[in-house]
Amino acid sequence: MLNMIKRFLEMLFPWKNNTDSRNRAKSRLKLIIAHDRASINSDMLKAMREEILDVVARYVEVDREEMEFSLSNDQRMTSLTANLPIRQVKRLSELKENLTENSAFDLQDIEIVETERGPEEANA
Amino acid sequence: MSRIIVVTSGKGGVGKTTTTSNLGAALAKHNRSVALVDADFGLRNLDLLLGLEERVVYTAIDVLAGECRLAQALVKDKRIKGLVLLPAAQNRNKESVQPEQMKKIATALAKGYDYILIDCPAGIELGFRNAISAAEEALIVTTPEVAAVRDADRVIGLLEAEGVNKISLIVNRVKPLMVEENKMMSVEDVLELLGVPLIGVVPDDEKVIVATNRGEPLVLGEYESVPAQAYSNIARRLEGEKVPFLDLMANQGNIFSRLRRMFGG
Repeated sequence: MLNMIKRFLEMLFPWKNNTDSRNRAKSRLKLIIAHDRASINSDMLKAMREEILDVVARYVEVDREEMEFSLSNDQRMTSLTANLPIRQVKRLSELKENLTENSAFDLQDIEIVETERGPEEANA
Repeated sequence: MSRIIVVTSGKGGVGKTTTTSNLGAALAKHNRSVALVDADFGLRNLDLLLGLEERVVYTAIDVLAGECRLAQALVKDKRIKGLVLLPAAQNRNKESVQPEQMKKIATALAKGYDYILIDCPAGIELGFRNAISAAEEALIVTTPEVAAVRDADRVIGLLEAEGVNKISLIVNRVKPLMVEENKMMSVEDVLELLGVPLIGVVPDDEKVIVATNRGEPLVLGEYESVPAQAYSNIARRLEGEKVPFLDLMANQGNIFSRLRRMFGG
């Protein structure tokens, strides 16, 4: 009897049983389709991520724990999204040092504004 | 001006052949001449779904080998005017035909028929390339399931790469009650993922199986049914008519789910 009442209640209030497999399917597909379309395998994506991070790390300090790196797609367009939280912008002297190591850049052409505060403080 | 349309999906078992047979019959009902081409060599089934299996004499292979004329190989559907089938060979495999040969057949058929519907085999190998070789348009059949949607996306990419740009989507076997309970992806979800225009939504219905048992396309059946209506609407949309999509939730579910809907649950 108790069981019957329980089933009746579940029929009336389906949100009690947590079965949202629909959105699970959708989010899994979003990811896999983006990968299929870009025909980038996870090794390639990993290598690309490391290289991009190397470049970014010359200028700013990235929070590696919090960063996100993903492929997504919208209306048959695939895009690469990198969300890299910045911990600290590098000091001018550090930056110059890094840049001289890389001969591809001409220091004369790059204008650098030195900031004293990190981004967190700037927001506060 | 005749139209050569390939019905494809990537994944097997999502309803390509059922769709081809019903659309062919629906278009013929609209007084169009239609040639259905079974491109699934070695695993032909279109003849069976149309109930024409006993009348197959020659196949596409015989035409290509010069053993008969194209017109001799065509099986006329006696139930409805203007519908013919070009059967695939059952005793050969998919490698026995080349894309150029399929193109020749389809182009020859285009001279005599308004619509050439090509039933594509599952997969993306030679059989698929044969089936799409002559196509100017494609109908993608998918179901709201992860494997079917993923494969559909892959096939859409391949079609676009081959220059078939007029691509429309048919979402098959939708279970509206499951969608309502968030247990199945909705048509909108699938559309958002695949990004190609929708041309039809077909509900999951036992009548589809019964019709295939009988070898009679649903749209030729005596009784009106929701899936038959859905196929008939796709045919009208192909003809350029603006037809609203069916409300699959109407008359669905038990007393509880209806009550729930009433209270906005």
